Amino acid sequence: MAEIKNYTLNFGPQHPAAHGVLRLVLELDGEVVERADPHIGLLHRGTEKLAEHKTFLQAMPYMDRLDYVSPMCNEHAYVMAVEKLAGIEVPIRAQYIRVMYDEITRILNHLLWLGAVGIDLGAMTMFFYAFRDREDLVDAYEAVAGARLHAAYYRPGGVYRDLPEVMPQYRESKVHNAADVKRMNENRQGSLLDFIEDFTVRFPKHIDEFETLLTDNRIWKQRTVGIGVVTPERAMALGFTGPMLRGSGIAWDLRKKQPYEVYDKLDFDIPVGVEGDCYDRYLVRVEEMRQSLRIIRQCIDWLRKNSGPVMADDLKYAPPKREAMKQNMEELIHHFKFFTEGMHVPAGEVYSAVEHPKGEFGIYLASDGANKPYRMKIRAPGFTHLSSLDEMTRGHMIADVVAIIGTQDIVFGEVDR
Amino acid sequence: MTTDLKILKSNLHEAFGTKVVSLEERLGELTMVVKAADMIGVFTRLRDDADLRFEELIDLCGIDYSTYGSETCEDGRYLADQPHKGPRFATIYHLLSITHNIRLRVRVFAEDDAMPMMDSVIGVWPVANWYEREAFDLYGTIFKGHPDLRRILTDYGFVGNPFRKDFPLSGTVEMRYDADQRRVVYEPVSVEPREITPRTMREEQYGRN
Repeated sequence: MAEIKNYTLNFGPQHPAAHGVLRLVLELDGEVVERADPHIGLLHRGTEKLAEHKTFLQAMPYMDRLDYVSPMCNEHAYVMAVEKLAGIEVPIRAQYIRVMYDEITRILNHLLWLGAVGIDLGAMTMFFYAFRDREDLVDAYEAVAGARLHAAYYRPGGVYRDLPEVMPQYRESKVHNAADVKRMNENRQGSLLDFIEDFTVRFPKHIDEFETLLTDNRIWKQRTVGIGVVTPERAMALGFTGPMLRGSGIAWDLRKKQPYEVYDKLDFDIPVGVEGDCYDRYLVRVEEMRQSLRIIRQCIDWLRKNSGPVMADDLKYAPPKREAMKQNMEELIHHFKFFTEGMHVPAGEVYSAVEHPKGEFGIYLASDGANKPYRMKIRAPGFTHLSSLDEMTRGHMIADVVAIIGTQDIVFGEVDR
Repeated sequence: MTTDLKILKSNLHEAFGTKVVSLEERLGELTMVVKAADMIGVFTRLRDDADLRFEELIDLCGIDYSTYGSETCEDGRYLADQPHKGPRFATIYHLLSITHNIRLRVRVFAEDDAMPMMDSVIGVWPVANWYEREAFDLYGTIFKGHPDLRRILTDYGFVGNPFRKDFPLSGTVEMRYDADQRRVVYEPVSVEPREITPRTMREEQYGRN
């Protein structure tokens, strides 16, 4: 038999299973991975440096561009950091809206993850199913923020505006005739909340469908069971958070352990894995979607019954009312100063973290009292998880690398920042 | 949480005594400053002591204090209004104890401004590997004992430490494809630096009557 030497394989940065711009240098012994060296930074935009040169409000939309699969959760960590530093009280209605949108974002993220990891491991159908359901959720984004992806909806002090009373509807066009439009508008007759509620009624059946395709699927299990096992101790040493940590059997969720906003008033469960392999991480994420639906339903109930402001009334950190601005010179000056000079956040430093769909997403914000952050550090869960790739893939076959990258839920916007 | 922080505070004083340079509670967060010489001992104890047990290093980041409180910006660089007192570079560690459900921030200043250097905590928390590479890349802090201290986020062959305050926002080089030479070439940056909103400081009660 001929002697086979180790050889090095360059995987990516233009590889469909690399989930973006990952360049992975794999040292192989036959098909077995001896060492994996991820080269990251191909999407580095210097968000943290840019934020140092922008006012606190201008830095906010950069958050959407970090983990572009779950924009609103990123915004949430940032606005919470500013609020904590400035001592802004957020109205309760805004907190419920944020929680509801955080959970919508979680489903959005997990759906894209499920579709992408499905395609990686050969389950083509998942992608179409997942994107069918994502469509309704990005519509919910669009209805409230005007953008389907980079929402820029949260603000320090609340949210940009209240939920709309009417859901935008489709109109007839060259591609959609009257009958089509009527059918497409069926669930858009009421308010945004009605539309989201309709989704929460439909979606559990869809999750069941996903599960019939994957959970007991022989190929799926062969590709994921026992792959990329991480013990609980190792998971903590490697800095895992979110579904990666819970997949390894540690019941740690910031929504329960260090509740922010109104999570302590809501009823939901935290799924936990047993084995710490790719299959458990898959199960944890699927169950998280069901739990998110529970949270969304509770938020809808509350939001229906209660009205109120959605923005803090401290005008040092909130813009003046539009009407007043049009009639009153003082308000006009205030508006101008607020959006040009920006808000001055008291000196100090703060770390605020949210339970992002991918793990703990944190913002460390240091201010010296100016209108711009002195230093902002983004603690991205994907960065930490990807750094463990070498350890997780060692000794696995090359095809398992794809499964492991897939279940780490890597998005390069946040890894490279 | 406040009672927890009080307990943690006394535990930290008890465990480290004079090694604690400062220990401050603000906005419900505890920040401890330790000397670079003591850091490995302190971190190992923070992880292993039953009363502390910070199993996870959540975040590690560098910071450059040279222009703290300054308003000056020239050519996209922040400059200090007056010479900065104290060490310029620090590394900030955010720790999380899953057992006790509590967080702690530790700041370690690098003693030498020209060559910031401190020990690597990779032996305490393996997760520090990439975080330290990042801080090395962006701030030039050298972590002694790191097995593989390479740049991580910036381009292959990058020169400089981009997150230092005196590094211009637009960078120093730009890259384009040269059709004649049929390769990618690097040239000095042609972007005019501009600052749309000036950085301003205001007195504490500014805007409040």
